[in-house]
Amino acid sequence: MNPSSVQQNFILHRESADTARIAIPRGEIYRYLGYRKITPSEDIAARTESCVKEMTTKSHLSAVWAVLPLDRPESGVLRIGDVVISSRSLSLNLKGCDTAAMMAATIGPGIDFLIRRSEAVSMLDAAVYQAAGAAFAEAWCDEVNARIVRLMRKHGHSSRPRFSPGYGDLPLSLQKDFSRILDMPKNCGISLTDTLLMTPSKSVTAFIGFYPGPGDRCTTAGCDVCEAADTCDYRQ
Amino acid sequence: MRPDLRTILGKEWIFCDGATGTYLQARGLKGGELPELWNLTHPEVITDLYSGFLQAGCNIINANTFGANGLKYTEPGQLEKVIGAAIDLAKKARAACGREEDAWIALDIGPCGKLLEPMGDLSFDDAVDLFARVVKAGAEAGADCVLIETMNDTYELKAAVLAAKENSDLPVLATTTYDRNGQLLTGAGVEAVVALLEGLKVDALGVNCSLGPHEMKPIVDRLVDASSIPVIVNPNAGLPKEVNGQTVYEVTPDDFALTMAELAGKGIQIAGGCCGTTFDHIRQEIEQIRRIPFRPPVPKHRTFVTSFSRAVEIGPRCVLIGERINPTGKKRFKQALRENDIPYILQEGLNQEDAGADILDVNVGLPEINEPEMMETVVKRLQGVTGLPLQIDTTNIEALERALRHYNGKPMVNSVNGKQENIEAVMPLVAKYGGVLVSLALDEGGIPDTADGRIAVARKIYEAAGRYGIPRDDIVIDGLCMTISSEADGAVTTLETIRRVRDELHGHTILGVSNISFGLPARELVNSHFLTMAMAQGLSCAIINPNNEPMMQAFRASLALLNQDPQCMGFISAYHDYVPVSKRIAALRTGQTEAGAAPDSSSSGTAASGENASSPGRDTEEQHGPLFSAIVRGMKEKAADATRDGLKTRTGLDLINEELIPALDVVGKGFEKKTVFLPQLLMSAEAAKAAFAVIKDTFSGQPQKIKGRIILATVKGDIHDIGKNIVKVMLENYGYEVIDLGKDVDPEVIADTAVKEDIRLVGLSALMTTTVVNMEATIRLLRQKKPDCKVIVGGAVMTPEYAKAIGADYYGKDAMADVRYADELFGES
Repeated sequence: MNPSSVQQNFILHRESADTARIAIPRGEIYRYLGYRKITPSEDIAARTESCVKEMTTKSHLSAVWAVLPLDRPESGVLRIGDVVISSRSLSLNLKGCDTAAMMAATIGPGIDFLIRRSEAVSMLDAAVYQAAGAAFAEAWCDEVNARIVRLMRKHGHSSRPRFSPGYGDLPLSLQKDFSRILDMPKNCGISLTDTLLMTPSKSVTAFIGFYPGPGDRCTTAGCDVCEAADTCDYRQ
Repeated sequence: MRPDLRTILGKEWIFCDGATGTYLQARGLKGGELPELWNLTHPEVITDLYSGFLQAGCNIINANTFGANGLKYTEPGQLEKVIGAAIDLAKKARAACGREEDAWIALDIGPCGKLLEPMGDLSFDDAVDLFARVVKAGAEAGADCVLIETMNDTYELKAAVLAAKENSDLPVLATTTYDRNGQLLTGAGVEAVVALLEGLKVDALGVNCSLGPHEMKPIVDRLVDASSIPVIVNPNAGLPKEVNGQTVYEVTPDDFALTMAELAGKGIQIAGGCCGTTFDHIRQEIEQIRRIPFRPPVPKHRTFVTSFSRAVEIGPRCVLIGERINPTGKKRFKQALRENDIPYILQEGLNQEDAGADILDVNVGLPEINEPEMMETVVKRLQGVTGLPLQIDTTNIEALERALRHYNGKPMVNSVNGKQENIEAVMPLVAKYGGVLVSLALDEGGIPDTADGRIAVARKIYEAAGRYGIPRDDIVIDGLCMTISSEADGAVTTLETIRRVRDELHGHTILGVSNISFGLPARELVNSHFLTMAMAQGLSCAIINPNNEPMMQAFRASLALLNQDPQCMGFISAYHDYVPVSKRIAALRTGQTEAGAAPDSSSSGTAASGENASSPGRDTEEQHGPLFSAIVRGMKEKAADATRDGLKTRTGLDLINEELIPALDVVGKGFEKKTVFLPQLLMSAEAAKAAFAVIKDTFSGQPQKIKGRIILATVKGDIHDIGKNIVKVMLENYGYEVIDLGKDVDPEVIADTAVKEDIRLVGLSALMTTTVVNMEATIRLLRQKKPDCKVIVGGAVMTPEYAKAIGADYYGKDAMADVRYADELFGES
């Protein structure tokens, strides 16, 4: 079947927010920096705060998402919109769902400039920006995720945890489909390199599965579903 | 037949069309489908689109080519076919609508969909080539003009404009997309974009997309204030909203038309619409605007030097240009140029930014290096790390052109002079790329002794600039400083020249201030007072060393005195805790060292304090000296001071072996035992680096003992290299020479460098599974070309198993692991 013949028209939702309105969990920044259950010293904390402040002024939050029909969620070869995906992990995640959102979110190119600049002056700052940027992108992603979930709840749907390409056996090649379907360069300023890296670097794409009815399923995710869980330094 | 669009631009109302995407979606275009393919598959829909806007009264209709480029249309000939069809259909629609006389077909060019370096992986030159192919196809097919639109990055915008200019002689119109604050996604404000586009000599410029007409009001105000050429305004029909499962735009045609009429009254010349604007929106807009009297654009006589994110205006306030990126008389800087030590040059730039420079002068001329190549590299790298505009300072014309071409903004150019040959070499380049041109008041007759003579040369330069189409606002006259130690009236002549350029020629001026005191003692005294005098005579730009405190004091005080520092805010923020010199001297005499006007801002932290009571090395500190202690605690300034002190009684090598290395070892072991964390490790590394810098300054030029030479690179396709850079800092601190090949490095470059430099260890970093294939390819090539070379790998996706599977010798789980492996390989414990 020609995929475009089954493609339905869908609505692209664009999101943005004032950077000051998104709380950035400090604990996550410290976790990315390698701290485990230990509070960093005052001077590291102070340096982190000043980096967070600078990052907040230089960032630009944007996101785009769309809700698409989902076919054969449990088959191992499922279809979201016109995208056919062969993934055990995603099938597991989307079990029982009938629709899925595709989302892309970024905190903009400012953080990449700050990291590049600090690399010339202070690797410590560069490492802190790196960690802070990752935490900020996740926090912004959480906010967009919550907005989507709120909207879907109005239509009587409950959500599964979001799932990103590159995790489990979900291939990175899907980034191309995200980019095409959401028109990411135009709608939120995210581009792909030839090797499918997202630029700006602090960007996230994800599927979120939805099933009809009230939320009765497990909504936790995170490290347990990840294949690198045993070796990862950043394990929660 | 219709005239060239240029003959009527800015003379009467011109109307652009409205939304293409919105129309095509309503006619069935699916999400994720390529709209330009419809030129071939649904020609009747495309013709309807063009006809609808022509009948609404538009003068410029966009061919359906917005997203057409070689990245999206990859089959041979497909791109040309799609563009050709778009323009053919437009011609047919125009003929059918009877609009041959007053409707122009625009080759529509949008962003290519990839970010340019250093943000993304598309090089500037490749971006120009990409757009060039589109322009050639469009010109071939008979487009009447090029409309570049929806750009949100000045660098990509510049690439597209250059491609249009170099591959056609069509009129070029360019609009960009601003957020509510009047900024592009990459940070440039309205004034910076206007300066860039005027410098590149587009025929009209403006704003489109993202915002509705109401939200665009403040942006239109700024555009009209800054632009001396026709202004285009193409807003969306407000914001998209979802109503009953459909996307609708909130601004109705009559609301749109009335608001656009209001914007037109502000002094724009070209109006149309973008997303969500229908035939009706445009028809009513045209009706409303036609009732308003047309006003042509007027010259604004403003001078801006810009970067990717900033516009520095010359005129309202004396501008400070940092002079430190220059090898003249600087041994360490020359060494950096010879060794291709770009990080050193970047640091010189960033230090000046922190010290208060507005613009950075960039001079990398040294007889034994390839200056054009070095200039291009330094300009690209600097604009990746600083938002300060640059002043390209070279006498090498090839270096000048490469810098002008790759510069992301409108730079200053240092310099041209009144010699005919020099004018003929420099001015065409500035005319093509745009730039504010420093013009030395000297010519074939040498440097005139009198102000009269210099003013005469200045007049000649203005006249020449006019011939080349360089606006006189973009000329800055260098009054020339002759040292008063040999020319008794040197300063007097210069000051008179400065004043008369302002008063008689109404022009801008610049001085390399410190030349005035050459050959004298206490030069900063003479220089700082001369700066004050020159500013009082109206100096527009001062080239000085912003790290020199007396110069900065004179500069800031003069700004405040000349009412160029509103409410003295700049002065107050710099000197609110100023300690008078007499008190500082008294404090020194009594042995207190803390008082000072420049407190040591970054030494408050201690790397190894706070986290837990048994900080590494506390008990061993007493066996070592203050340098050891400063490094363990991660105190950068203290480490540098301790090194300076230590060098009075001991050799650099002793300090390294007895304090620096043991301190790093203590911290490194703590890191391995997980009692010290990455931030502390890096603080100590930075302190050690500061100590090394002091030692290196002392032994500049002398060979130093190194343990071994190591190549580091982030593999092809990977554009983030923070992990590799952390490893580099650590290895260098442990006495290794690192050949840093950077990021996104071809396997061949790595292998060839390993062979050429006879390298025994290569470290490779990869972030993603998609780039590990390139890591594997690099290892394979290294095995082939340099079998005795070991390879260590690391990065986010790496595991010991993965490393083994791709044939690496070792998996470095962190920077310390890499150091240990290198020590083992190079035979150190």
